[in-house]
Amino acid sequence: MEERFVIPRRFRNTSLIFIAIGVISFLAGLFGLHGDIGEKRFWSVLVFNSLFFLYMSAAAIFVYSAASLAQASWHIAYKRVIEAIMVNVPVFAVIAFVVMMSVFIGNKYFIYPWLDPHVLEHDPIVAGKTPFLNVRLFVIFTVIILTVWSLLALKLRQISLQEDRAERGARRFLWKTIFFAAIFIAFYAASISVSSWHWLMSIAARWKSTMYGWYIFAGSFISIMTVIALFVIAIKNSGQLQLVNKEHLHDLGKFIFAFSIFWTYIWFAQYFLFWYGNIPLESMYFKPQLWGHYRFWFLLDLVINFAVPFLLLMTRDAKRNYTTVTVIALIVFFGHWLDFYLMVVPTVLPTQGVVLGWYEIGITLGFVGLMIWVVSRALSRAPLYPLNHPYLKEAIIHKSDWG
Amino acid sequence: MAIKQFVVGSFSDEEQLLPAVKKVRAQGYKLYDVFTPFPVHGLDAAMGLRQTALHTAGFIYGALGTATALLGMSWIFVVSWPLDIGGKPHFPLPAFVPITFELTVLFSAVGTTLTFCWLNQIMPGVKKHIFHPRQSDDRFVMAIELTPKTNAEEVKQFLLNNGAEEVTVQTAEEGWWYGLYSKREAYDDINPQWSVQ
Repeated sequence: MEERFVIPRRFRNTSLIFIAIGVISFLAGLFGLHGDIGEKRFWSVLVFNSLFFLYMSAAAIFVYSAASLAQASWHIAYKRVIEAIMVNVPVFAVIAFVVMMSVFIGNKYFIYPWLDPHVLEHDPIVAGKTPFLNVRLFVIFTVIILTVWSLLALKLRQISLQEDRAERGARRFLWKTIFFAAIFIAFYAASISVSSWHWLMSIAARWKSTMYGWYIFAGSFISIMTVIALFVIAIKNSGQLQLVNKEHLHDLGKFIFAFSIFWTYIWFAQYFLFWYGNIPLESMYFKPQLWGHYRFWFLLDLVINFAVPFLLLMTRDAKRNYTTVTVIALIVFFGHWLDFYLMVVPTVLPTQGVVLGWYEIGITLGFVGLMIWVVSRALSRAPLYPLNHPYLKEAIIHKSDWG
Repeated sequence: MAIKQFVVGSFSDEEQLLPAVKKVRAQGYKLYDVFTPFPVHGLDAAMGLRQTALHTAGFIYGALGTATALLGMSWIFVVSWPLDIGGKPHFPLPAFVPITFELTVLFSAVGTTLTFCWLNQIMPGVKKHIFHPRQSDDRFVMAIELTPKTNAEEVKQFLLNNGAEEVTVQTAEEGWWYGLYSKREAYDDINPQWSVQ
């Protein structure tokens, strides 16, 4: 039980190779991608990748907080994996902040057109949004949101580690976790909407969507469920975390299945009204995706985020099979990465540009490598099971169903 | 439905019921059914119940609903009576999605519920033999079907040894039926203790 996580060689090698690929791609992009298209590609890929990984890690805090508030026990056996992903939040917060501030400082108007004085002068729709879309409010909100997310992630993990060192059966940490989890949930509910309007929706400055915060939340929630499942399976494959079994996998499979349907519901609710209204101002956002350059990826996005998990994860046996869950989690993770890609790049580069070239893949691998590295380091710093948690036994004998 | 003989034991606690159910199967007696006031964890496994095919039935009903909605609407709007609605195409797939979703849910919900009732033999107005008047109140009731190879006295003794508080031998019609209580009265004289007065 008193098990320490030993970073498997494969984790270390993969993460270092991926980080190297990411750094090389970044440098190659910095010096190699020139001209209008090259520059737009360089910045838009950086923006959507850093935000995708930031939102995903923040969703890990949400999963942890929601489960703590519900006093759930299903996640306790692999709680440390969720905590380790939470530790990514400060890292990705810094990266995302640096990227967005570079966009401001470098006057990259193609990412955030509302920065452009020329646009503000000639476009009354964008100019009318200046009370919300201005640099001062953007920076203040961004700093507050990133700080609170990072501090609460570290605080929740700190409480959990203190519990390990405390005397056996201490209950005060349970209530402390619930207290901070409640604060996070309330803050997250507001901040996920406001941050998505500022960071992502304002890239299409003339356009707006009332479903956007939900849409971001649904996407990041499934992504984090697939990532938790992939980490748990990978750690189990390395011979550790053996107390986690098919019952726990079944829960993760259910979450991926159910929230894929939820994401599709949100996606369709957003798309449907624009399709029905067919107002040029609103449908402009979907035109390059549905009828233009990105049509294949747009349709693929729907297939792999809805049809694949819906049909392939439907049966009980599929959710309890390690191979099926691994393959579908990889597909769905790629699907939601593609979804974030489609939120940013078609707006910046509507008619041309390389989809999934060396640069996009390289930068993404860099982020994946960084995540694996941070997670393995965080896992190796603490016992692999929360030894003093009152629900640990309940979590180990957990049964996903009684059938 | 066939009229059969049952040995019925009633227990006051699920902690006695669960080991008794396991022993009954280990002994080779034919377990007919177990009635409990609330779901008992692990009872399905102890009774040796198979995974049901109810989910597959639900999926088929859902697929039927999807097909009905899509084929119905496309036939109406494309073949039978094409209408120009707001300049939209005659086959506007996004506009069909909500109705397709609704019919999928409706078909699968209604179909699965009816199949569930059929599998469990429950339906409003349906008559079934009641083994013990308190079987869904506070008693855990186990019914063992007698076969030519089992001896009623032996089973009775076996149940009493395993924690049953009350054991009776009943002749009853299995299954479900619509109709009057008269059918039940046919064997009320065999089981006078449960007859409706």
